[in-house]
Amino acid sequence: MGNFLEILIFLSLLALGYFAGRYFERKHYKSIRLRESQMLYIPLVTFGAKPPWPNAKEAKLFVGCVVISTDYFKTISAGLRNLVGGRVMAYETLLDRGRREALLRLKEQAIEWGASQILNVRLETSSIWGAEGKQSVGNVEVIAYGTGIKE
Amino acid sequence: MILTNIEGVPGKTIVEHFGIVQGSTVRAKHVGKDIMAGFKNIIGGEIKSYTELLNESRQEAIERMVKQADTLGANAIINVRFATSSITQGAAELFAYGTAVRVE
Repeated sequence: MGNFLEILIFLSLLALGYFAGRYFERKHYKSIRLRESQMLYIPLVTFGAKPPWPNAKEAKLFVGCVVISTDYFKTISAGLRNLVGGRVMAYETLLDRGRREALLRLKEQAIEWGASQILNVRLETSSIWGAEGKQSVGNVEVIAYGTGIKE
Repeated sequence: MILTNIEGVPGKTIVEHFGIVQGSTVRAKHVGKDIMAGFKNIIGGEIKSYTELLNESRQEAIERMVKQADTLGANAIINVRFATSSITQGAAELFAYGTAVRVE
């Protein structure tokens, strides 16, 4: 009886993770694509660490940050993937979402300030505050930072 | 105080270098936020409370770095970098560093 209950809980978490996770991921991607196309007019570049720089009078540092979590279904499917090896699609989309979201937040702040370009953009990913237990993946923090300039 | 992560400040020239300045903060999450985050680990998505917490902490690390630069007499910090590391199960360190300079 106890075992049966455990399996039932596992399966319902799996289903919840699959359906809710998929729903939220689609919603997130939709909003990412929309905002990306809206903010396409401000260039975000990874060069510009060294002079010469484009003409500018003011410069300011901007940081975009997001903490994103996996869902239960992804955790389990990635765990199974570990047995056979290969591409872990579940986590690829997760990191992709995190990075794009962080870049968008960076851009939003820079646009608010009035930047004409954002130089030397850097991305950093770290795994933080994982839940207890070895097989947990925890949460991924992505930060994007760069220097906004304006004329 | 002007902060940039490029090797100078556009439109200005560096007149004096003061060397490296840094600021760091170690933050622990709190239990209430942790329960919500545990729930998020099932359905996935952004953990807003953690994002806010890390943003605040990063701001504090930057403030400490700026304070250090102030005491040196700098008016800008160039080439700023950030790092986050999870030091134990429940705490994260946020770290910012850069080069303090005087620009004109």
